[in-house]
Amino acid sequence: MSFISYLINGISLGSVYAIIALGYTMVYGIAKMLNFAHGDVIMVGGFAVFTIVSTLGLPPVLGILVAVVVCTALGMLIERVAYKPLRNASSPLAVLITAIGVSYLLQNVALLIFGANTKSFTSVVTISPLKLADGQLIISGETIVTIIAGIIIMVCLTLFVNKSKAGQAMLAVSEDKGAAQLMGINVNGTIALTFAIGSALAAVAGVLLCSAYPSLTPYTGAMPGIKAFVAAVFGGIGSIPGAMIGGILLGIIEILGKAYISSQMADAIVFAVLIVVLLVKPTGILGKNIQEKV
Amino acid sequence: MKKFNKVMSVVMASAMAAALFAGCGNADAGTQAADSEPATESVASEAGGDSAAAGAFKIGGIGPTTGSAAVYGVAVQNAAQLAVDEINAAGGINGVPIEFKFEDDECDAEKSVNAYNTLKDWGMQMLMGTVTSGCSVAVSENTAQDNMFQLTPSGSSVDCVKYDNAFRVCFSDPNQGAASALYIGENAIASKIAVIYDSSDIYSSGIYEKFTAEAANQPFEIVSAEAFTADNKTDFSVQLQKAKDAGAELVFLPIYYTEASLILSQASTMGYSPIFFGCDGLDGILNVENFDTSLAEGVMLLTPFAADAEDELTKNFVTTYKEKFGDTPNQFAADAYDAIYAIKAAGEKAGITPDMDMSAICEAMKGAMTEITLDGLTGVGMTWDASGEPNKAPKAVQIKDGVYTAM
Repeated sequence: MSFISYLINGISLGSVYAIIALGYTMVYGIAKMLNFAHGDVIMVGGFAVFTIVSTLGLPPVLGILVAVVVCTALGMLIERVAYKPLRNASSPLAVLITAIGVSYLLQNVALLIFGANTKSFTSVVTISPLKLADGQLIISGETIVTIIAGIIIMVCLTLFVNKSKAGQAMLAVSEDKGAAQLMGINVNGTIALTFAIGSALAAVAGVLLCSAYPSLTPYTGAMPGIKAFVAAVFGGIGSIPGAMIGGILLGIIEILGKAYISSQMADAIVFAVLIVVLLVKPTGILGKNIQEKV
Repeated sequence: MKKFNKVMSVVMASAMAAALFAGCGNADAGTQAADSEPATESVASEAGGDSAAAGAFKIGGIGPTTGSAAVYGVAVQNAAQLAVDEINAAGGINGVPIEFKFEDDECDAEKSVNAYNTLKDWGMQMLMGTVTSGCSVAVSENTAQDNMFQLTPSGSSVDCVKYDNAFRVCFSDPNQGAASALYIGENAIASKIAVIYDSSDIYSSGIYEKFTAEAANQPFEIVSAEAFTADNKTDFSVQLQKAKDAGAELVFLPIYYTEASLILSQASTMGYSPIFFGCDGLDGILNVENFDTSLAEGVMLLTPFAADAEDELTKNFVTTYKEKFGDTPNQFAADAYDAIYAIKAAGEKAGITPDMDMSAICEAMKGAMTEITLDGLTGVGMTWDASGEPNKAPKAVQIKDGVYTAM
């Protein structure tokens, strides 16, 4: 029975990683850059909800909406101010370093505004826990919502990318930026849209993360951000289903590793698995091996 | 200038007193009188009118009264002054009053050493301090060299008392582990215990190790011991599930309150409600912003002092402290109050006199500290051993109706 409980907790944790990883993987697929500030956008989403719900006492739904709007705007602003001017820089490292800078900027601004004291987050989920097998197996409302949200987001995103015009434009830009531009696709607009979607997902991830693990500090997003990045690489960076699978697998491995191997080695186990996967399949589980054409 | 005059008169008065003893043929005092001889005659008349200054023990105190840790330093200063006033009103140590002077160190090791030197210039014979661990370790290098008796009320890190001239009132960090095991065992709170600790933190893992070592002698069993690390401290579902599966009735949390607040909320979601027991790191859990304090209901924590305890000593102390300083005393205040009374008890045992120099006092006090038994605010029947550590029965508080309540 405890195995099932571990498994469900793993899927729940993994779903949060997966939603964050979607943001990483979409941005990488299109802009070919690692947006290390993504984890901190999650934290901003958390604080937006906290301010609306706990400080101002407004309903949680409004809090989530505000968080999505704030994060979307923030994501687009970051892209416009910090990344776009560097898109044609001679070294791809420039924009990577800028992303790290933005990450620290967000953390420190949050530190300035909200202080270092831990805030306890009031869960926005009101579903009561599900009790199975005479109360031996308890699945929390947050877990249920996180898993369902993860599935809905993945389905919607896949449909959006494959069926809609904007989604097709994204695929085209990710395949060949120059050719896409020649075909009349607004490359800058498409990249901005990608950042907007990724950041909106970060807001959702922030709400789910803080509801499941109700503590909020300016550093809340940092570690889940890194784990989600690992998940994105694990599943094959650039691939949307890959991010989903990578995230969920990572969550399960982390929880089961903690439960059956060693609770203090959880992170070491996760990264060891990553190394093994990359040795066997360097592009990740669902990554495509794109050949450089000369 | 006024302050200077006061200091001068005290210095000279003690010199005069020393000269008096010299007259009685005390060789030790004779040398001291010779040291400060020039001042003797000129103030004789002035000091003569002030009988209290005819001999006084000079106790110095150091702690942060400004800066980020000011709460601790101010509490220690206030409570120590309170204890000194009480002792002086009751006749002092061996009939000799105490003079107490407190210097600010802003919780900075360098400033702490400067404060120590300032106090030495003032003529300090014993040091009650410093308040914080880092400063205490730094100053103890100097006190050890000078052979100055040092009693820190609240320096809890192991190195604070590494020299034999230094003692402390509070439990050391790792000793909280042994004390917790003892408390749980003696009060038969639970028979199956789980531990969740932070293996990347010295405070937490130190307590954990001592707890397990002491647990071997106690009538309970550790059924599950799980760790977490600084990079993985949001999800505790596994640690809690294991504790639950092992049938633990009590979960020991030698960690800080941030993670503890997460553990409490996750345990409540999974329908697990053991007794939670922690150390002083849990002190503050009720102040986490927006934290649902009903989750912390029934949490026990080992802390040496609860302001609402019912015993006579605590009640009097809290009332007087509130009257004088308009604030409820915290555990630092209680530690400082006990420190001054420990100095009094040891001083009486050793039969020290104000004319002895600091090294002689230190030698006498070092031995006497290990012989006294003190009933204080932070423990009943406190004793010390030569290592400088206190032996006292741990006290615990429980959170009831959202406030810390003495058990």
